[in-house]
Amino acid sequence: MVTEKQHIDQILIPILEQVSDPEIPVLSIMDMGVVRSAVIQNNVVKVQITPTYSGCPAMDVIGDDIKAALKKAGYHSEIELILAPAWTTDWITPKGRKALEEYGIAAPLSPEADKEALLGNKKIVACPQCGSTNTRLVSQFGSTACKAQFQCEDCQEPFDYFKCLK
Amino acid sequence: MKENLYKYILGIADNSLILGQRLGELTGHGPSLETDIACTNLSLDLLGQVRSYYQYAAKILGNGKTEDDIAMLRLEHEYLNVLLVEQPNTDFAYSMGRQFLFDVYHFLFLNELQKSTDITLSAIAIKSIKEVSYHQRFSSDWIKRLGDGTEESHQKMQTAIDDLWTYTDELFHQTEADIAMVTEGVGVDVTKLKDTYYKKVAEVLEEATLKIPESKYFQKGGKHGIHTEHMGYLLADLQYMQRTYPNMEW
Repeated sequence: MVTEKQHIDQILIPILEQVSDPEIPVLSIMDMGVVRSAVIQNNVVKVQITPTYSGCPAMDVIGDDIKAALKKAGYHSEIELILAPAWTTDWITPKGRKALEEYGIAAPLSPEADKEALLGNKKIVACPQCGSTNTRLVSQFGSTACKAQFQCEDCQEPFDYFKCLK
Repeated sequence: MKENLYKYILGIADNSLILGQRLGELTGHGPSLETDIACTNLSLDLLGQVRSYYQYAAKILGNGKTEDDIAMLRLEHEYLNVLLVEQPNTDFAYSMGRQFLFDVYHFLFLNELQKSTDITLSAIAIKSIKEVSYHQRFSSDWIKRLGDGTEESHQKMQTAIDDLWTYTDELFHQTEADIAMVTEGVGVDVTKLKDTYYKKVAEVLEEATLKIPESKYFQKGGKHGIHTEHMGYLLADLQYMQRTYPNMEW
């Protein structure tokens, strides 16, 4: 089923904002853009979430966490995983990007810049610790499928970079 | 039950399941930490796609069978994957060779599947192609690194390509279910992808200083459930837990 625009009932927003990404506790699933709709129908909350990557193992946990959060607020809920429209890093909010950087994960660049950084060896990814762009790609695959591993050649700290998916 | 659609989905998903299984075997055995993680990430992407396909297939079956039943409990002749993906991890050159020869096809295939009149298959393709384009770049890079590498790596990479070449033609065969689905606008006519495929593969092999195999003898059978000897052992691994402890849960 295709849901073009996000549609979330106003009253549910504060509840859903409390549910965080299992991998990145400082990031709310709302800021990740994985909740596509949440509406109350006949006293049941119908939620649609979409995975970042096809094999993202966090989706089951996120579904359970949403159910638990809604139950705590007094709602029964049904979670549906939808594939279309496909998730893109464009859906990470500015607040989400800031949370990523503060946590030590470099936020995704534009698709062109991402390609240059990951494949063209261009030094444009900034170190979340010291801000320097004197960074190098260690591996196109980091701690999870959605991230690549970098190291800062100034402060020497390793860090994850969230790969652009568009 | 829409028999042809069900078989068609299996034909697509089984490729990714079996390839995902082969990649998973490299866990802890990759030549370096980076490649170990990369291969398992590739596997995870594929298995994620497989879940979407099998969930859809289960819905079509409509008899209570789940994605897990479809993945774990079929008999060997019921798996419809091509022979290429079941080839073993003889060495890293074979792993990358198998990956590369499949990835080039997979990308071309998904590019067409996006246009399917079946909205579920189309949605899965649109999502999957973003990941598979990364896979293709990864495997192509390794063919070039190994081919245009040391004398030893070049030799091993050439051997792998020579051996795996015989499995490439099957990618462009059509079963009855395939043809039926193409007629309905649901499926991809893979025969039309053949020329582009061999052209793209040749480009990479040339850049990798590798020779394009001359052999014109090609194996087939996977798409009809007739597999190489490797499949039995692979399924023994894949199905062991579910068959030993039926209905087990983690």
